[in-house]
Amino acid sequence: MARIIVVTSGKGGVGKTTTSAAIAMGLAKKGHKTAVIDFDVGLRNLDLIMGCERRVVYDFVNVINGEATLNQALIRDKNCNLLYILPASQTRDKDALSQEGVGRILDELKKDFKYIVCDSPAGIEKGAHLAMYFADDAFVVTNPEVSSVRDSDRMLGILASKSYRAEQNLEPIKEYLLLTRYSPERVKLGEMLSVEDVQDILSLHLLGVIPESKSVLNASNSGTPVILDEVSDAGQAYGDIVARYLGENRPHRFIDDKKGFFRKFFGSKQ
Amino acid sequence: MSLLDYFKSSKVSSASLAKERLQILVAHERSSLNQPSYLPQLQKELLEVIQKYVNVGQDAISVSFEQDENQETLELNITLPELITKKP
Ligand SMILES: Nc1ncnc2c1ncn2[C@@H]1O[C@H](COP(=O)(O)OP(=O)(O)O)[C@@H](O)[C@H]1O
Ligand SMILES: [Mg+2]
Repeated sequence: MARIIVVTSGKGGVGKTTTSAAIAMGLAKKGHKTAVIDFDVGLRNLDLIMGCERRVVYDFVNVINGEATLNQALIRDKNCNLLYILPASQTRDKDALSQEGVGRILDELKKDFKYIVCDSPAGIEKGAHLAMYFADDAFVVTNPEVSSVRDSDRMLGILASKSYRAEQNLEPIKEYLLLTRYSPERVKLGEMLSVEDVQDILSLHLLGVIPESKSVLNASNSGTPVILDEVSDAGQAYGDIVARYLGENRPHRFIDDKKGFFRKFFGSKQ
Repeated sequence: MSLLDYFKSSKVSSASLAKERLQILVAHERSSLNQPSYLPQLQKELLEVIQKYVNVGQDAISVSFEQDENQETLELNITLPELITKKP
């Protein structure tokens, strides 16, 4: 059975698109045929992060409106032939996506793909609603920061009440916490909410912690999902997350300030 | 306490302050999420009626709504001002 994963947060700029690109690539690299859809109508960006911006001809709205077939619009990833990208439309028409249309396209994708990753726009408006409406699993991307945690909690309320699964009284959407842009050093100094703090408040199953990392900007500069940068901390963190999601048991990493030990003995050069 | 200690301790408290604020806020927002939308209006109108008879302030009245599997409860709480007993 195909599974639909929504990558959501409420708040903008927390790392949804970075995460969508990374986990879609991770799932495909593990041998699962995966499609990743950009739901951010008007602000297409996933194509840039995936490095396929120059190959976009048709988009999600074209497919819904019957102006292109799904096969015409899906872009095969250059690094992995099991991964396909469906870009967002750049239209300024906010009503370009309809629930019926999105449902129809997802049903069609489900016949051919194992995982369908939906990159949600920020906010709780129509685009964000449609991205999560048909989901089986929700990856709630949260930064260790007050407004992000609050917005994630709002999003959890919406996932539990306004989704297809909720409306049909089916088994609820499975929710997972992805804590991103985490700085163990700052947590240690008491400047940043810790993993435990955020879990205390949201009571969510932690799928993984992604550290604040320079490798993320490098990856987006070159248009390759950071998970392919296997030596980077963020790349490895996303690798762990995909493995855990697929049922592997991997201990959590990037939570403790490892460098602290050395710094204490050798001092900081900065 | 040295200046360094001062900065250290104020830093230590910033994350825990954030957590405390969030816990209160999130608990409040979760409970108000399932409340009927007429609640604030009901509270306002009740207050107006009561104020006709008793001299009470804005926060003398609280209306809360609770819901479990088999029933919905609307709880109304009015705090009357303390009786001013005359001095002998
Ligand atoms: N782990 C990370 N470390 C450093 N920067 C990050 C990390 N995750 C995301 N970013 C940066 O944060 C910004 C917003 O990320 P993005 O994935 O576009 O968020 P969203 O889709 O939620 O708006 C980008 O500039 C991205 O490079
Ligand atoms: Mg985005």
